[in-house]
Amino acid sequence: MSVHQISVFLENRAGQLAEITKDVADAGIDLRAISIAETTDYGVLRMIVDDAEKATSILLSHGYILSMTPVVVVAVPDAPGGLAPVLGILAEGNIDIEYMYSLFTHKEGKAYMVFRISDEEAFVSLLEQHGMKPADKEELDLKQ
Amino acid sequence: MSNYYQPEIETASREQILALQNERLVKQVQHVWDNVPYYRKKMEEKGLTPADIQGLDDLHKLPFLSKDDLREAYPYGLLGAPIKDCVRIHSTSGTTGKRVVAFYTQHDIDLWEDCCARAIMAAGGTDEDVCQIAYGYGLFTGGSGMHGGSHKVGCLTLPMSSGNTDRQLQFMTDLGATILCCTPSYALYLAESIHERGLRDQIKLKAGIFGAEAWSEEMRHEIEKQLGIKAYDIYGLTETSGPGVAFECSEQTGMHINEDHFIAEIIDPDTGEVLPEGSKGELVFTSITKEAFPLLRYRTKDICILSRKKCSCGRTLVKMSKPMGRSDDMLIVKGVNVFPSQIETVLLEQGYPANYQIIVDRVNHSDTLEVQVEMTPENFSDSLAKINEMEKGLIDALKTMLGIYAKVKLVAPKSIARSEGKAVRIIDKRKI
Repeated sequence: MSVHQISVFLENRAGQLAEITKDVADAGIDLRAISIAETTDYGVLRMIVDDAEKATSILLSHGYILSMTPVVVVAVPDAPGGLAPVLGILAEGNIDIEYMYSLFTHKEGKAYMVFRISDEEAFVSLLEQHGMKPADKEELDLKQ
Repeated sequence: MSNYYQPEIETASREQILALQNERLVKQVQHVWDNVPYYRKKMEEKGLTPADIQGLDDLHKLPFLSKDDLREAYPYGLLGAPIKDCVRIHSTSGTTGKRVVAFYTQHDIDLWEDCCARAIMAAGGTDEDVCQIAYGYGLFTGGSGMHGGSHKVGCLTLPMSSGNTDRQLQFMTDLGATILCCTPSYALYLAESIHERGLRDQIKLKAGIFGAEAWSEEMRHEIEKQLGIKAYDIYGLTETSGPGVAFECSEQTGMHINEDHFIAEIIDPDTGEVLPEGSKGELVFTSITKEAFPLLRYRTKDICILSRKKCSCGRTLVKMSKPMGRSDDMLIVKGVNVFPSQIETVLLEQGYPANYQIIVDRVNHSDTLEVQVEMTPENFSDSLAKINEMEKGLIDALKTMLGIYAKVKLVAPKSIARSEGKAVRIIDKRKI
């Protein structure tokens, strides 16, 4: 059900982000989502790409430290209030969100949110109870 | 106005000092031979007996002592007097498991305080002065040494100890302190606090005696300007007593070594060979009057130059330059001894690579210590909270080992330069 996020350790210095996105671009990899969590000294770059395996091997060969993290992508209506029901479900189930961000992808009036949830299984079954389901690789057109 | 505490020594002729040193050295070697089996063994290993040391010319034959010896002999292995004659200990500022303890008889303390009294008088101190001691009291030698010296001069002594700036300033202004004894960085901090509170008109300081950490000429000028005083350097180490091994006079061009108690040598730190006068090298002290902790040829690891140029203050005691560095990799950060090996131990224990860099700086007159360490795949996580937690674990472990806070900076893999041969582990940005 889950999609692979690539998490990369980055130092906080000018040009770091430009370097890594260029490395990815040079390999013909398409970025679908990107988010950064940062402290004063370093950051964690989180991204979803069309070909995670290829991106991983490219980045490792460039000496980056990274990890693959399973995340859940949920389609929500691309309209005011579209996100609220999903967050309501999480609140109802008392499930913590570690972090979330959005995909660049838009489709037929839908926007896509990326969720990092510690108890992924509980989240997915709650979604199903409410007639929703996570977006899969096909829907997102990811090789992964 | 004479500003000597013991003019008969401080202005003695070279011949008189040499005669005194010869006589005391011979006696001291016998004392150590008789009472310190640890050193006696070292002498025996070199085939020496006290009879081989007839005076200063034979000094170079004696084996060295190092901090490692002191640790190995901890706690009582280098004690030279029965416990019943000892009245106190002091200890080097704390590095876990690496403490050095020094012992004192009442006689040792007396002589040590004489040395500190010489320093206070050289800074213009008299029995009319109010002397504020803002060095730490306790295991650290700074407070009690200068306290004793202040008593001997007859100053009204304010035993403040370090810290508590509000109280320092209150006593300084209310009681009209005229001499301040503390670390140079604390002196600057006090100066700033005085400035901020607009107390400059209310202070009566005329001189300060600052030691226990390295400081530059620029820092001296800054302190002198801000406090409107003369700032004097003082040198010492716990192993040989504490502050007062050497002290600055009105000329402010180096510190006079109290040669009636300490014989100074400059050696090549690599070969151990004694270098000719005026050479730059490692300072070695032989204490010739100490009873309880009589160290012969103790390697200080401080690099400096000795000078016998005639001094305008009238003292004939040899002068040492400010220490210009260390012959080992020990750092003194906030007055605490820090060895890179300690940091390395913690990093390895915590699962970090041994490739690291230590950055020491001085920000707002206070030392800062930063340890840069490379992130590893094992330690990496997509969660900042998890990385933060690990970082905090490392900071705590470093604090336990070093006794002071070290900032941890996680850096990208391979970003710390690998040098060929000896790694550059330490970057000291302090302008000392």
